[in-house]
This record gives sequence, C-alpha cells and structure tokens, in this order.
Amino acid sequence: MNSREQERLVVIGNGMAGVRTVEEILKLDPARYAITVIGEEPYGNYNRILLSPVLAGESTLDDIMLNPPEWYAENGIELISGVRATAIDRARREVVLADERRVPYDRLIIATGSRPFILPVPGNDLEGVIGFRDIADVETMLQAAKNHRHAVVIGGGLLGLEAANGLMKNGMEVTVVHLMDTLMERQLDAEAGAMLRRSLEERGMKFVMPAKTTEILGDENGRVRAVKLEDGTEIPAELVVMTAGIVPNKEIAEEAGLYCERGIVVNDYLMTYDPRIYAVGECVQHRGVCYGLVAPLYEQARVLANHLAGRGWMTYEGSVTSTKLKVTGIDLFSAGNFLGGNGADELILKDEKGGVYKKLVIEDNRLTGAVLYGDTVDGTWYFQLIREGSDISDIRGRLLFGQAHLGDAGHAEDSVAHLPDDAEICGCNGVSKGEIIAAIKEQGLFTLEDVRKVTKASASCGSCTGLVEQILASVLGGDYSAAPSEKPLCGCTDYTHDQVRKAILDNGLKSIPDVMKFLEWRTPNGCATCRPALNYYLLCAWPGEYEDDLRSRFINERAHGNIQKDGTYSVVPRMFGGVTTPEELRAIADAAEKYGAKEVKVTGGQRIDLFGIRKEDLPNIWRDLNKAGLISGHAYGKALRTVKTCVGAQWCRFGTQDSTGLGIKLEKLTWGSWMPHKFKMGVSGCPRNCAEATIKDFGVVCVDSGYELHVGGNGGIKVRVTDLIAKVKTEEEVLEWAGAFIQLYRETAHYLERTAPWIERKGLSWVKERLEDEKNRKALFERFRFSQQFAQVDPWAEMAEKHEDEFKPVAELV
Amino acid sequence: MTTVTDEWVKVAEVADIPPLSGRVVRTKSGDIALFHAGDGNFYAIDNRCPHKGGPLSEGIVHDCHVTCPLHNWVLNLKTGEAEAPDEGKVATYEVKVKDGAVYLKLGGA
Ligand SMILES: Cc1cc2nc3c(=O)[nH]c(=O)nc-3n(C[C@H](O)[C@H](O)[C@H](O)COP(=O)(O)OP(=O)(O)OC[C@H]3O[C@@H](n4cnc5c(N)ncnc54)[C@H](O)[C@@H]3O)c2cc1C
Ligand code: SF4
Ligand code: FES
Repeated sequence: MNSREQERLVVIGNGMAGVRTVEEILKLDPARYAITVIGEEPYGNYNRILLSPVLAGESTLDDIMLNPPEWYAENGIELISGVRATAIDRARREVVLADERRVPYDRLIIATGSRPFILPVPGNDLEGVIGFRDIADVETMLQAAKNHRHAVVIGGGLLGLEAANGLMKNGMEVTVVHLMDTLMERQLDAEAGAMLRRSLEERGMKFVMPAKTTEILGDENGRVRAVKLEDGTEIPAELVVMTAGIVPNKEIAEEAGLYCERGIVVNDYLMTYDPRIYAVGECVQHRGVCYGLVAPLYEQARVLANHLAGRGWMTYEGSVTSTKLKVTGIDLFSAGNFLGGNGADELILKDEKGGVYKKLVIEDNRLTGAVLYGDTVDGTWYFQLIREGSDISDIRGRLLFGQAHLGDAGHAEDSVAHLPDDAEICGCNGVSKGEIIAAIKEQGLFTLEDVRKVTKASASCGSCTGLVEQILASVLGGDYSAAPSEKPLCGCTDYTHDQVRKAILDNGLKSIPDVMKFLEWRTPNGCATCRPALNYYLLCAWPGEYEDDLRSRFINERAHGNIQKDGTYSVVPRMFGGVTTPEELRAIADAAEKYGAKEVKVTGGQRIDLFGIRKEDLPNIWRDLNKAGLISGHAYGKALRTVKTCVGAQWCRFGTQDSTGLGIKLEKLTWGSWMPHKFKMGVSGCPRNCAEATIKDFGVVCVDSGYELHVGGNGGIKVRVTDLIAKVKTEEEVLEWAGAFIQLYRETAHYLERTAPWIERKGLSWVKERLEDEKNRKALFERFRFSQQFAQVDPWAEMAEKHEDEFKPVAELV
Repeated sequence: MTTVTDEWVKVAEVADIPPLSGRVVRTKSGDIALFHAGDGNFYAIDNRCPHKGGPLSEGIVHDCHVTCPLHNWVLNLKTGEAEAPDEGKVATYEVKVKDGAVYLKLGGA
C-alpha cells in the first residue's frame, strides 16, 4: 500500500473519534494516505457509548463492534492494536511504541480520548477500584457482580448512574456517593434531578449525597472492603467504580512539547501547535472547551477529514450538546443552556404525580435550553429548534406541550414512537419502521445519509425525512447521532443550501460547473438532487443572465408536462383565475381528440388536464393550443401553479370584492415564475372562503374593508392552514404583497421546501418583519418584477420552436 | 429504414445528444435509451427501469449514472445495474463513436 506519492498518516488511538476521522477521509479521498492506526485496546473499533447497555445485559460485545479488524485490512489500513504509543519524536517524525517499534509519519492525529478521573484518596489503587471506560472495565464489573454483593459508585453523573443501574441489574446492591446535592448537575436542574433520584430509589438504588469520599479501605488481601466518607461513615463495598469525571489523555502530546491546557489545544481546523500534528476527540480542548459526548466529536472528525483531504474550507466552531440517560425505563433529556438565569425566561411544566417535568429556557425569542423528564418525545424537536436558532415567538404559548400540539399551525409531526414496527414510513420506497430500526442496529448507522443509502427510506421525495430522523434519534438515544445542525445539500458536498446560495452570490458564480468547481463538489457532475437545486439557485440569483440548464431539470420541467405512470404526459393549459371562453374550450376539445387524449379532467386548480399524450406529440399539441391563445399552465413545475378563485361580488350575493378579477391579476403578475417548490394561490370573495384560500401558499380572503392576506397553507399530505400575515385596503397592495412574499420565498427557501416548512423554519415573525417594512417590501417586489421579465416566456412556444426534435426518438430501427 | 442485425447500426450524430443527456432509440423489441455520459462516452441500456418500468432516457444523467425519473433509482450506465440498496439490472448494448456518429450493436447485448 505504501506507494511513494502517498503521505503517511498515523493515528494514535483506535477509538470513536479517531476512526471516524479515518472513515471520513476514506470517503473524501481514499487513495491519499497510507494510514496506520495505533490502539492500546486489543480490538477493532467499538461503540463505547453502548458499554452501558452491555453492562446492563441489554446488548452484547458483538453488537457494539463498529469496525472489525478485517475492515482495516480491506481498506488498506495498518492496525497496530494492543500496543500503547509512548512518545512522539517530532524531530524525526516518528511515533514510539511501548515495544520500542517506531512508526514514521508525515501527518499525525492524536485521538487518545480520555480516562476516568481517579480520586486522589488513600486506597484508590486497591483491587476492585476501577473506572468505567472500556471493555476491560465492563468485564471487571461483570466478574465482581458474580462474586460480590456491594458496590459503590462515586459520582452521580450520567456515567455513574448508568454504571449503577447496570450493576443493579446484575444483582448487586449499589450505593451512589455524590459530591453535589443534585444528580447529573451538569445536565439537570434541581427539580429534574430530584425526580430522577426518586425514581431510581424506587428501583432500589441508594444515594448518599452530598458527600465527600476521603478514603478507600482495603481488606487483608488488598481488595477494597469499604468507602469512607468525610463524616466518618463507612459504606461496605467490594467494588468501587469511580465516575467523578474524565481527564483528557494529553500527556503524550504534552511530553512532546505541544501546547496543552486541560486538553490538547487545537485551532478551528483541529490542528495543534505543530502543523503536522492534529488532535480530535475527547483529548482535545477547542476554544476552551473539552467535549465528552460523541456528537461534537463527530463534527470535529468531519472538519478534520475535510482538512486532511485537502479541501480545507470547513471549520469547527464548537457545538451545542444534548444528553439522554441510557437507563431503560427512565426518560430524560437535556440540551443547551438548561439552567437559564441571566435574564432568560423559563417555561416550566411540572406534574409530580405523573412524573413529568419540562423546562424550556428562552432568550431573545429563541429556545436556548431544555430539560425534559418523564416525557422526552419532543427532545429531538427542541434540540433542533435550539441548534437552528429558530424564532419561536409565534409558538411560544404552545411550545411546552410539544410538537404534536401545535395543531393548526401545522408544526405537528406525529411522533413515530407510537407506530407499530410494520408501519410504512417511506411511501416512495415502501420501507417500514421495523426495517429502518433493524438497519440502524445491525449496520451501525449514525446519520440520515447512512439510512438513506442502506434502506432508501426518505431517499426519494424526502417527505418522510422527519420521521426517519425521529426513528434514528429514538434508536440511538437522540444524543450523539444528531446530524449537523444544517444538513449538506446532498451527498456530493458538505455545504448546506444556504452556504451554496451565499457562495453563488458572493463569488459571482454563474454556472453549475462553476459552482461545483468553486465549492469542490465530490462528484464530477453532481447528482439528481443537487443539479436541479443549483439550476434553480442560479436562475433565482441571476435573472436574465443565467441560462436555464434543461439537463439539470426533472423530466416534467424539461418536457413541460407531467410524466405519467405509463410514460405518457399530461397537458394542462393555463386558465387565468379559472376563467375560460368557448373558443378556448373548443381548442382544447379539438386538441384532445386530435392527439388521442385518454382522459379529460377538470383539476382542483380550476383548469383542464388532458391525459395520455405521447411525448413526440407534445410540440404539436402545444402549437395547436398556442394558436388559440392558450399557454402552459406549469402544472408540472416547481413554479406558480394556479390561482383559484370564487365568483365573488360579481355574481355571488355574499361577495364583498371582485375575487375573480383579482385572481386573474395575481396570476398575470406571477405566472412563469420558477420557485423552490410548487406554489398555489387562492382568492375568496368573502370569509365563507369557497376558493379554499386558507390552504394555499398565498391566499386572499376579501372582506368589506379590504383584503386579508394569508400565507404558508398546504393542502397536501399534511394539511396546514395559513397564517394571517396582513390586512390591506387595495388590490395594488395585494399584488405588491404577493410579489414580495414570493420573492422572499424564492430567495431564502431551500430547493424543494414548500412555503409551510419554510415559514416554520424561519418563523412567521421573521417573514412578517421583512414584508411589513415598506422599503424592504418594495425592494423585494421590484426584484420579483425584474425577474418576471425574463420568466414570462411561454415554454410551450419556445420548446415547440427550438427543441422539437428532442421529443422524438433519435432513431427508429423498425 | 435500417434492419436489425448483429452489425453496427448508425443511430445518431454526436451533436444530437449533448453531454449529460439521453435520447430514445426505438427498436422492434422495445426502446433503448442512449446516453452521452459525464465521462464523454456514449452508453446504451434498455429504456425500462428495473423497478417499475420508468423511462430511463428521461432521467437526470450524472457521471456514468442516470437517475430514474419515477422513483429515483440510480442505474450504472456501464453495467446496467441499479446502485445499492436497490437491486436490479437492465440490458446494456455496445456503442461506438466514429467520425462524429454514434453506432449501436443490437445483437451484442
Ligand atoms: C460507558 C460510557 C457511556 C457513554 N455514553 C455516552 C452517550 O450516551 N452519549 C455520548 O454522546 N457519549 C457517551 N459516552 C462518551 C463517548 O463514548 C466518548 O465521548 C467517545 O468515545 C470519545 O471518543 P474518543 O475517540 O475521543 O475517545 P475513545 O473512544 O476513548 O478512544 C480513545 C482510544 O485511544 C486509546 N489510547 C489512548 N491513549 C493511547 C496511546 N497512548 N496509545 C494507543 N492508544 C491509546 C484508548 O485506549 C482508546 O481506545 C460514553 C462513554 C462511556 C465510557
Ligand atoms: S367565498 Fe364568499 S363570495 Fe366567494 S363564492 Fe363563496 S360565498 Fe360567494
Ligand atoms: S420505475 Fe425507475 S425508480 Fe421506479
């Protein structure tokens, strides 16, 4: 494997962060390095987090292996296991091993993790006094449980309670000695800590707290027999597990002269003070913080791999973390700044009898922390709100009751926890909940991308993404699995939608190849996910300048018709405001007959759909319809679809305004506009709302005094009623608001994100502020009108003229 | 009109099919999708997705793959095989380019 061009990359530490970094590098550039991994533990790589379930007998060692030794061989990685690295010789660029071997490196990653903090008290080296860190510790505990009765766990944090729970499950009598008066005080406030203590006591766990350990007493054979506290109490124990904190393994770096404080100090690229040496994982101190959970370490691993693969544009800026206690039957979740204080608001729900406690911390209309006890269903959702910094002022009143109770506002995402295993999650690919869970467990999946690749769930239309994420979170514990706060656009890049859009504008990128080159796409020409997105972003950023790339459009938009199951197309001419004429109807009827339409149907958007048209006939039928003045209805596109209207004041006795006329004006203003997703409007002549304007992306309800404007509705799989955004007096204002709203959506939504989720992500107030500000609204409207100049070209006329040939087979060999 | 034999048959000019796009070649035994792939080469496979028969010629072409327009299966143009986790395969046909024209060999699948 050691070819001359390859640089030698050596990793000290065969743990979770180090190996994850190697995996990420292999994904980016598998041939770049000759890799050697040195690990003190005599195994492949395993999932340390799951040692707790192994101890509790809920999982086995085999279950938690991530990469067996064969994996290293298959990927050309040299694994030196069961040997400790003792020194780094920076002058000669070699790592020195305990058996005196020397391993040369060009670049070195230190990923030595941390070790349990062993209290500096007399007797701490007696037999039976251990930490809780690795497989050997678990084996010691299981052995002790067979031969002894009493265990003391020192330290009532996450690790300590998981250890205590596991030992109890193995039949031991366990006492937890804790220095503080709240359990898990780094994750819980006093209330939640007290509730947790009560329910653990009910299970038989004993607590002595607050209490300080002063000595560990041994018997004549040198084995521990008791723990002695400051007040003189002695607690019998034949096993003592110290879980009073962890200490980063920084010595090997420190002795090599690398700058360390609590951990090995690194910059935002995870580089130490020696540019050839990097560090990642729990041994690291980044911007003053040492992390002890997997999620932030995996984020670090991604950044480091990106850097080592020569991409060099990602930086690590620190993480918000969340935790969940892995004790079966106890639901507990905490994230962010859960203590509040300092002028932060707190929302609290407490049901002592029911065993439920929830506290949410809010600063500046944003959720910044959460503690949940007893009911953690919404943990993932809260954590997402925290990481995304979403404005929650609109849902503040209902926030505590959880996502399912947002009701009309449509934030509801039914919890998957209650679904049976055979429930179908991904309708597109027919994947059930059980299959997803099995794949996650059996194949050790951590991310949404992984699940997509292996099971295909949410890989197609993506509407079940939220459900899949919930399943992932519930299986993995909701903590370390969390995907980065913003997801990359697709597997071809690590950039998010917003980063890509910003790069396009900031750097004047004007074609898809330019974007891919500038942002170093991993694939030569993208995939079916990113290409249409980039095409749209460029179209939106450079109206009139960017030339639409048809090869990056989905077939419906390329053929300007909806492809049907049998490969034929449907054709829908536009009918402004749902109004037509006898001549138009005649032309449609003639076309339907001439081209053998298999079905003629009136659509929900008040127009007529001709089904079963053959592809090669499309240019001709369009030409015929064009002659009668009909143009494409964009019924196939991520674009303005229809403006549904009722008859309004002209005919209806309840009507307050000319809803039909206004609908026509709206459609004339907006047709042809390409959008992140399809976009529908409606205008009702009075609050009876016959045009169903309140489930449209933009809806107008006429009232005596003017017009109510509604946004963000959706009549799809998940019905969402609109939010009222403004009341205006004149038609001109309606048009201006509509155009400005559309432009805001066009400029800031992610591709394939409809207005409803977009508003939920950005916050209604955010949208409102931007539109209420008159200057801003007018500027948006101006930009919209400018881009419409170029967009309002009937694609049918254009296609029939320029691309007619492409609709036919290129050859007929019959 | 051309007859179908084991011989190379000219089916298109290179210019008919810009890079990253596909077209249909109609034959007696069904439609074949002819692609100009990201690597600059031409490939031909059956125009029926192994999943539910989607018209592959209408998919988005990227590198040497096409994504089916109906449910996003990704097919390898070189081998005709569906990318994991999907399983399935379509027939492939030999293609060559000579003097600016694209030739297809039907028998040689
Ligand atoms: C019981 C338990 C439960 C946990 N539960 C959770 C949880 O629910 N959620 C969560 O997010 N996190 C949890 N964690 C924490 C998580 O496991 C760690 O954050 C993570 O494993 C750290 O990864 P790392 O690569 O930095 O260190 P490690 O995974 O510890 O890897 C470091 C490796 O380096 C080796 N090593 C050290 N020094 C040397 C040397 N000089 N030479 C050679 N090899 C060396 C060590 O033997 C070790 O194998 C838990 C940890 C434990 C112990
Ligand atoms: S919405 Fe009002 S005005 Fe329009 S048709 Fe219904 S009742 Fe009449
Ligand atoms: S028919 Fe091709 S993916 Fe379903």
